[in-house]
Amino acid sequence: MTKRILTVDDSRMMREMLLLVLKEAGFDVVQAEDGEHGVEVLEQHGADVIITDINMPKLDGFGFIERVRAGQSHRATPILVLSTESEAAKKQRARDAGATGWIVKPFDAVKLVDAIRRVSA
Amino acid sequence: MDAFESIKVTFFQECDEQLAELENGLMALEAGDGDGEVINAVFRAVHSVKGGAGAFGYEDLVKFAHTFETALDLMRSGKLAIDADAVRVMLRASDVLADLVHAARDGGSVDQERCDTLAEELTLLASGESKPAAMLEPEEEEDSFGFTPLQIALDDTPAPSGRWRIKFKPHQALYAKGNDPLFLLREVARLGECEIEMDADGVPSLDALDPDGSYLSWTVYLDGEKAESDIRDIFDFVESDCDLVIDREGAAPKPVVEIVPPVAATPAVAAPRAVAPARAEPEHRDEAEPGKAAASAGGASASAPPAATIRVDLERVDRLIDLVGELVINQAMLAQRVGETGAVERSSSVALGLDELEQLTRELQDSVMAIRAQPVKSVFQRMPRLVREIATATGKQVRLVMEGEGTEVDKTVIERLSDPITHMLRNAVDHGLEGPDERIDAGKPAEGTIKLAALHRSGRIVIEVSDDGRGINRERVRAKAIEKGLISPDVPMSDEEIDNIIFLPGFSTASAISDISGRGVGMDVVKRSIQALGGRISITSQPGRGSTFTLSLPLTLAVLDGMVVTSAEQTLIAPLTTIIETLQPKDGEVHRMGPNRAVLSVRDSFVPLIDVGVSLGFHETPTSPTDGVILLVESEGGGRAALLVDAIQGQRQVVIKSLEANYQRVEGVAAATILGDGRVALILDVDGLVAQRAADNRTSDPIPLAKAG
Repeated sequence: MTKRILTVDDSRMMREMLLLVLKEAGFDVVQAEDGEHGVEVLEQHGADVIITDINMPKLDGFGFIERVRAGQSHRATPILVLSTESEAAKKQRARDAGATGWIVKPFDAVKLVDAIRRVSA
Repeated sequence: MDAFESIKVTFFQECDEQLAELENGLMALEAGDGDGEVINAVFRAVHSVKGGAGAFGYEDLVKFAHTFETALDLMRSGKLAIDADAVRVMLRASDVLADLVHAARDGGSVDQERCDTLAEELTLLASGESKPAAMLEPEEEEDSFGFTPLQIALDDTPAPSGRWRIKFKPHQALYAKGNDPLFLLREVARLGECEIEMDADGVPSLDALDPDGSYLSWTVYLDGEKAESDIRDIFDFVESDCDLVIDREGAAPKPVVEIVPPVAATPAVAAPRAVAPARAEPEHRDEAEPGKAAASAGGASASAPPAATIRVDLERVDRLIDLVGELVINQAMLAQRVGETGAVERSSSVALGLDELEQLTRELQDSVMAIRAQPVKSVFQRMPRLVREIATATGKQVRLVMEGEGTEVDKTVIERLSDPITHMLRNAVDHGLEGPDERIDAGKPAEGTIKLAALHRSGRIVIEVSDDGRGINRERVRAKAIEKGLISPDVPMSDEEIDNIIFLPGFSTASAISDISGRGVGMDVVKRSIQALGGRISITSQPGRGSTFTLSLPLTLAVLDGMVVTSAEQTLIAPLTTIIETLQPKDGEVHRMGPNRAVLSVRDSFVPLIDVGVSLGFHETPTSPTDGVILLVESEGGGRAALLVDAIQGQRQVVIKSLEANYQRVEGVAAATILGDGRVALILDVDGLVAQRAADNRTSDPIPLAKAG
């Protein structure tokens, strides 16, 4: 069954790039442009894996992960953080919020897809 | 364009948006009305540019954005005060960032020295407080997937002695973060042949089982040829959420802090596969998990969230506008032909249907034009930087205030606004404003204010650039114009006329040609380019208090509401916006002023009379004013005139066809159109006609005028 990936990023470019890579890899993709929007899209469409940015307006990545983990429907869904940052403290914060993994931007398409495969059936 | 290129295009579009956001945010901070959200937005803008730039490998851009971001991050966290100096550095840094973005896009180069200077200043800002600037330095390259880089002491022991033994015991937190032992073990199995044992002893009876608890642990035996780092990598980001021991079979187990048997291991996911020892298939992915199956039951590809906007090639919109233009002409022709047959009753269904068609066509046209309408913001937002740069170059202190950025106008007009606005602003800073000392002497604040405003006025867009500077030195302007032979010394001129001398070709008052305005392009060029668009420009000035440039352009270059008139058997269109009223002159209202000119008395004032047929050269013999109709018009400069034509046919919206594009520029004619009957009609350039008449007043060219009555 085609897996659905939710990408949450405020950059249209980044969303387009993820869409390109993920479609190519055979995933079904739904997108959101900030954390709040991400929660909505997730409720509406569901997702098998979530990829989220950290720095976003309205609700940032940490808040978004916490919200997803606090809900019932996706509390065990893998969430990968995709961020330009790589500070240990930030990573720890993401992990505390409930992130499954951390990928540093700019991402390598093969590694990204591999990362998704590593956290999903 | 391949997908990658098109993403690149998106990146640069987004960069422009981010840069605008950045500048706006910084200006808000400068003005002192920025809150935490503004700083966040500013930070995100730079961060976003950096992220995208990294994806495309624009190293210089990434580097500078990173330095910038570091300083902003300190500001965001309150470690760096938001004072005027800091914000000013950041504004200049935003200019450099914009340069770098544009250099990346267009392949140009940037002023490296300026870039370095700003980077230094930013670093200095950042190091001014306690934390070192390197705080945000990216850490060393690491596995793209890890939470923390692993320091692995590679085993020095020569040949691998036995199989690897991996003891893996997940904590509950590992499951809570969406990880699944199955996938981790699958990764291990991908490394090579392995044997996996599961310890299910910890699983309690069903009534005592916490569905979120962690009860299971595994021991994996893997081919000893593999590097330990390969194994570590797999467990990299779950390392702190599990007990992990990796050693050689037969070796003494390394001491590990074993957590006292946690109640045991595994949510619904792994529990059903409690078979041990099991041989893991290298590819083992079809096992559906209850939770996930439900999650993806949505089936068909759900579309992305509904977009509020779409992007369309401008070409397509233009084509649509062309077609609608043709439709308008066709509809007019159809209506006219039906009317000409005389067989259709006014109240017949055909006539009513035609009325409806006309209504719909017009609405369609308005809607299509609205597609191309855009706020002038896109042009305005480039101006603060321009003003900053000119201010720096001239040593003046300038504050730019912008109003009406949301005013919408056709895209084709917007593109042409940029140059004139740039010129007017240059002029305002360079010539309009005084230096700080002079201002203080004059009792004004050292900082000059320039206002850039956009507004709609009677179907046109008006752009005003006003300054609170010294105003136009009329004596000097007049003397200079006489010296250059632009005007005759004996002609008396009104203040307004003197002010507008600056639009005459070959005029420049700056005693030394400055770097800013003196680039060989004078206000005359600006004026001509605006006139070519059917626009007008004028200036008003108050000595010592400032000047205001007023520029007006049609909202669209595609359609026009016009009055269809006849002159010398030619059908002409007068733009409706210029017409104040129409009237039939009586004998006593026309006054001859010398042999060649006449004025019309309209209520209490006199306005010059212009015979359109003569002005355009349709005939030599003027029409008798009392036989014709007068269109009382007002030009942008405020001057009134009475246009004499033979008759009025009616009112109509016409599609503008450029004369310059299809033929050439003709004095007194703004453009052409195609009428319902298929004939070409010229659209009058009312301003041109009025200006021509005013010019004739100063020269001695005879203009014949019929005797009144």
